[in-house]
Amino acid sequence: MVKVAGTFGRSGVHDYILLRASALILLAYTLYLVGFIAGTDITYATWTGFFSLTTTKVFTLFALIAMLVHAWIGLWQVLTDYVKCTKLRGALQFLLTSVAFIYVLSGFVILWGV
Amino acid sequence: MNVNFSVYRYNPDVDKAPYMQDLSLDVPEGSDMMVLDALIQLKEKDASLSFRRSCREGVCGSDGLNINGKNGLACITPLSDLLSKGKIIIRPLPGLPVVRDLVIDMTQFYTQYEKIKPFLITDDRKPPAGEFKQSPEEREKLDGLYECILCACCSTSCPSFWWNPEKFIGPAGLLAAYRFLIDSRDSATEERLSNLDDAFSVFRCHGIMNCVSVCPKGLNPTKAIGKIKSMLLQRAI
Repeated sequence: MVKVAGTFGRSGVHDYILLRASALILLAYTLYLVGFIAGTDITYATWTGFFSLTTTKVFTLFALIAMLVHAWIGLWQVLTDYVKCTKLRGALQFLLTSVAFIYVLSGFVILWGV
Repeated sequence: MNVNFSVYRYNPDVDKAPYMQDLSLDVPEGSDMMVLDALIQLKEKDASLSFRRSCREGVCGSDGLNINGKNGLACITPLSDLLSKGKIIIRPLPGLPVVRDLVIDMTQFYTQYEKIKPFLITDDRKPPAGEFKQSPEEREKLDGLYECILCACCSTSCPSFWWNPEKFIGPAGLLAAYRFLIDSRDSATEERLSNLDDAFSVFRCHGIMNCVSVCPKGLNPTKAIGKIKSMLLQRAI
């Protein structure tokens, strides 16, 4: 068995399940957002009102965490395919996963202020 | 009828880099032949052209080549299928090291095949001295799996195998893995699954089905890989 430490899941199956579960959450969140945008006249007031709903806040954070998991595993898969230099791969993965973390934390701070 | 070929040539003792050599062959009008027959005739003109072949009827799997961009067996690919595109381009199977001309080093391919233990394991019971019987239903499950001739057309058409040939088992190995996982006489199912439960061995297959599109025996490794994934999932959830 190939041992890996760079991905998020504990095994191939774990990665496989997490990727699909997080994709479903992201799909549901996309539909939720599109549903709001399609059915409402977007003004500052409606947009702020929408994001001040607890449902939207929780769902947004949930989707951001799903994005982190999805990006972590997905980017690790892409990087292990295409970047053969271990140092470069490690550096890229550190950078890209850090960006995903920063998105989650930024989302938390932004939603806190709405 | 003059048929033009562009053939991959590389002799590491002489050539600094591989190159494509233009060759032509006179094929009698109204006749047809297989790519292997054409290669044998080309070799009669230039004995230094190297390629593998043995049974010349699609059974041994020796002459897997990349013909006009698609992997296949030279011995069962007719020239008439290729003429519409003008020049026939013949390269070695992609992704594995070239030994010389169209001959590749298949060590990585066989190493992956060895990993899945392609033999019956019957630890918990002694196999009978005579026949080791299966019911017709149990035997039927092996159809579409046991016919693989290990020509490597599938694995060498798979990008996941190109990028990680030392970690991803590849479609040929996984087809064989499922053949033993589903065999009613095999007792090592759990051990076999444990050996596949990492992020590379099986799960690097993203189901693009190049393997299915090129298999000269018409087998479906992607389906077998899907079944292995289901077995791994059922075990994990």
